[in-house]
Amino acid sequence: MSSVQNIQGNHACALAAVAAGCRFYAGYPITPSSEIAERMSVELPAVNGIFVQMEDEIASMGAIIGASMGGAKTMTATSGPGFSLKQENLGYAAATEVPCVIINVMRGGPSTGMPTRPAQGDVMQARWGTHGDHPIIVLTPWSVQEIYQQTLRAFDLSEALRVPVVVLIDEVIGHLVESVDLAKMNTGNPVERKWADSSQEDFQPYAHTEDLVPPMPRPGDGYRTHTTGLTHAENGFPTQDPEVANRVISRLLQKLEHHNDLVECVNQSDCKDAEIVIVAYGITARAAQSAKQQLQGEGVKVGIFRPITLWPFPQQTFSEAIANARLVLVPEMNAGQLIVEIERYRNDSTRIIGLNRYDGEPISPQQIFNKVKEVLQDA
Amino acid sequence: MLDQAKTPFEIRDYIRQQLFPHFMCPGCGHGIALRALLWAIHDLGIAKDDLAIVSGIGCSGRIGAYIDANTFHTTHGRPLAFATGLKLARPDLHVIVITGDGDCLAIGGNHLIHACRRNLDITCLMLNNEIYGMTGGQVSPTTSSDRYTTTTPEGNYEPVFDACKLAQGAGAGFVGREMTLQTPSLKKLIQQGIAHPGFSFLEVISDCTEIYGRKNDLGESAEMVLSQKADFRSASYGMIADEVFQPRNVKTGVLYKDDRPEYAQAYRQKIASRAKK
Repeated sequence: MSSVQNIQGNHACALAAVAAGCRFYAGYPITPSSEIAERMSVELPAVNGIFVQMEDEIASMGAIIGASMGGAKTMTATSGPGFSLKQENLGYAAATEVPCVIINVMRGGPSTGMPTRPAQGDVMQARWGTHGDHPIIVLTPWSVQEIYQQTLRAFDLSEALRVPVVVLIDEVIGHLVESVDLAKMNTGNPVERKWADSSQEDFQPYAHTEDLVPPMPRPGDGYRTHTTGLTHAENGFPTQDPEVANRVISRLLQKLEHHNDLVECVNQSDCKDAEIVIVAYGITARAAQSAKQQLQGEGVKVGIFRPITLWPFPQQTFSEAIANARLVLVPEMNAGQLIVEIERYRNDSTRIIGLNRYDGEPISPQQIFNKVKEVLQDA
Repeated sequence: MLDQAKTPFEIRDYIRQQLFPHFMCPGCGHGIALRALLWAIHDLGIAKDDLAIVSGIGCSGRIGAYIDANTFHTTHGRPLAFATGLKLARPDLHVIVITGDGDCLAIGGNHLIHACRRNLDITCLMLNNEIYGMTGGQVSPTTSSDRYTTTTPEGNYEPVFDACKLAQGAGAGFVGREMTLQTPSLKKLIQQGIAHPGFSFLEVISDCTEIYGRKNDLGESAEMVLSQKADFRSASYGMIADEVFQPRNVKTGVLYKDDRPEYAQAYRQKIASRAKK
């Protein structure tokens, strides 16, 4: 039997989670992500996992962190309003370095917005939604196949680096049905968390290890450590000593940069000689891909820079990619969010232009085509 | 059960002395609650390695750190949500939540009622000192009528939450209340609560001498605790002399107990029956 199936993006996400070793899911119903919870409630018990529908989004986030502190690989899924509610505990996971995966199937906002309509309005919230400086990884798949791959990768990154990982899925991809060969994409070799196995005496749960990712103590293994969202020293206990605080927060913030080879994931095509580079993610990148073919057919030198890992933004690779570009076009289904980050890394000779839409409709290839033509005429 | 239960309880065996001096104010009842909890753990023979303490934010949330166990100091009002995940993922651990009247009944109220409803095998110790102490003495859902706080300058005019009635109504399998004044009774209640296979909600009547007591001229710690005697009485005296124990007439001891199915057990049974189909 062929392993190719016609599958919805949200269902592919659930299957990838189980394949990655996720054995605990806590969630709260919210459009347009609910299929993920529904599928997890079927899949998890079959592999001795736990599915629990909690009383609210806050509790769902708390429960997955609690289960992860106990040793399980965990996930929750939500959309805009729920993502807002999860931010407090998400910050706790970042500060205490507890691995967990958060799926946000984005819908129109602000507030309750347009629950069944696509938008990319949570790009900045995914990076800066919780208070204080913190590390976080955000991934943006553009197809059902990539939802599967990036959800697998979300678990691997989260476990390897002890950091919460957010997967931002566009509503239209979450609900898209595509033919995917899941077995082919499952590496079957998920990353396992680095558990503490050294001496229990004087064990430092937040030691400044060479790789900046300290091994995690598992409850029951005899370490009896303290975990707190208060700023904590290497020994896990709260500190207000400026020198210690600076040291431990610095390690936390440097962790991802130190492992940039693992974290960064960019898909770029024809950027090298392009005079126009389109920077796009998710479904918008697919529209850009289509527009690119049309433009190239007319002799326009155009490339696409697609940051699959959106945060941390791949600044170095991006700067190199636009080295020869006169123009950078940033189509987004929001009023202009990633463009703000991109403007930080522009070179003096490059013009940055946005193409924005927040009416609940995706950006069409034609819109991108027209915008490029219009800009070229102006230039 | 470990052999430790056969030896006399020694609090030093269960606390992280390296964190001393502790943060508690003189006269605070939380230390007595902590002692009663550790004493119960000792007598139940629970190994420290298998003990998980999950706490929220506030004075109550801070005492967990002093326990030499797996301790998790979580976010404000959410310890029951964290504990639910931890207990479901790790049924082998004894999960005990330490929370306060603000943490548990105000910001965490929704989590409390649903934790009671699920009846997962967690023990929830709510230290009720009638005040937000850590933030300087603001009114809480259990602040008594007419008491002064930094946010009720004319005296408290809001009705008081009866946490035990709430927990029972929401479905907790075991509900009890005790004063720090009666430490052996408190220890016994906690012991029964932990031993109960289901969600146990235990309200501990603590006292905040430094902030609440001072603001309301309630005297020193001993005076405050002794005055609680006028308000509380054992549930077992219920039949004898109702009128004597005015004005508040609040019952202590085991207030409710049933043997309704524990959540994780019910979950596993459902899954097993699904597998058979």
